[in-house]
Amino acid sequence: MLDCLVVDDSRTVRRAARRMLEARGFAVREAEDGQQALDACRAALPKLVLLDWNMPVMDGITFLRHARKEFGPDEPQIMLCTTESDFSRIVTALESGAQEYIMKPFDDEILAGKLEVLGLLPDEAA
Amino acid sequence: MSGAAFETIASLVRTRAGIVLGADKAYMLDTRLGGLMRELSLASLDALAAKLRAPGSERLAAAVTEALTTNESFFFRDGKPFEHLKRVLPRIAAARGPAQKLRIFSAACSTGQEAYSIAMVAEQLGLLPRLEVLGTDLSQEVVRRAREGVYSQFEVQRGLPVQMLVKHFKQEAGQWRVSPALRAGVRFETGNLLADLRHLGNFDVIFCRNVLIYFDAPTKSRVLSALADRLAPDGVLYLGGAETVLGLTERFTIIEGERGVYAPVVRMAAAG
Ligand SMILES: C[S@@+](CC[C@H](N)C(=O)[O-])C[C@H]1O[C@@H](n2cnc3c(N)ncnc32)[C@H](O)[C@@H]1O
Repeated sequence: MLDCLVVDDSRTVRRAARRMLEARGFAVREAEDGQQALDACRAALPKLVLLDWNMPVMDGITFLRHARKEFGPDEPQIMLCTTESDFSRIVTALESGAQEYIMKPFDDEILAGKLEVLGLLPDEAA
Repeated sequence: MSGAAFETIASLVRTRAGIVLGADKAYMLDTRLGGLMRELSLASLDALAAKLRAPGSERLAAAVTEALTTNESFFFRDGKPFEHLKRVLPRIAAARGPAQKLRIFSAACSTGQEAYSIAMVAEQLGLLPRLEVLGTDLSQEVVRRAREGVYSQFEVQRGLPVQMLVKHFKQEAGQWRVSPALRAGVRFETGNLLADLRHLGNFDVIFCRNVLIYFDAPTKSRVLSALADRLAPDGVLYLGGAETVLGLTERFTIIEGERGVYAPVVRMAAAG
């Protein structure tokens, strides 16, 4: 089963993301900051990490760099999901090893499109 | 709204655009035409219909038709056709002379996402300099937007991989503008698919997606046949997910193992 770790300090965002992902058959775990996310990945590597940028304790980009060093370039797939929407921010995330990027606000259609780009949607949903 | 008013408006969009408005769509007239009615200080759809029946209503008729089109589109819509194009375009390019343009028709192009997606595929293949995409649509407003090539944050996130966003778009005050390099390979014009298409010339590939669904069967047949006239014998036609040629024309055949991809049936030249 596809699984996703949703990393966001906002409970509202985590809930909304969980609802959309579960509706598409994902098993969802949650983390509130980058440090919790690292711990969760060490316990079991998810297929996908949906990653906020600005969070207390450890921010998303720091998590991303740690994760790439520790788990390699391809796994897990990491998709930023943040209000940071500046061109230079997107480039920074990609250069740090993110596969995809969602600029908030987002909805189910945007998420589905991005999952398809990542090859994480079953064919019939395409 | 009276039945007569609905009849007037429905028959107008059917004649002008081929679009069939079932009685179950009556509910949408108020929302879609509300802006136009306010602009003209018309109190009701009946008043609008009366004005449409009066002489000299050509511009109003065009505006009403435009308002009743559905313009939803997004980048790399349905994915599969663009993967297929990526495989087929090099073959077509090789079959032509190296200096020959690759002409692709984005029929009913709406706001241009399909045409620009085609250009992005050509760019990946190193074929952008040879590309000539023509997008046409009935609606002047969507053609204006397609030419402008500026998309909202929402629009550039529907189906567009972020690497393509970074590569082909420039950020401008919260919006995203298509690069001049892509735009150089793409052109837009207003045009009706029910009109004579011969002046558009011939195409190597035709995308005609999510527009036939609005037409009745005879109109679908007629448009498919006109498209067959414009397509190269080794060309490809892409239709939308809910569209087919089956039962509508003999001039296209399904390409085995693909969804929504059709090849023209090459007719033998008449003897003598
Ligand atoms: C849903 S959009 C499809 C856009 C794009 N092809 C896609 O698949 O994403 C349908 C478009 O068809 C256009 N249209 C409807 N009737 C037409 C006609 N008779 N001739 C040309 N365009 C037409 C509408 O204006 C609208 O922009």
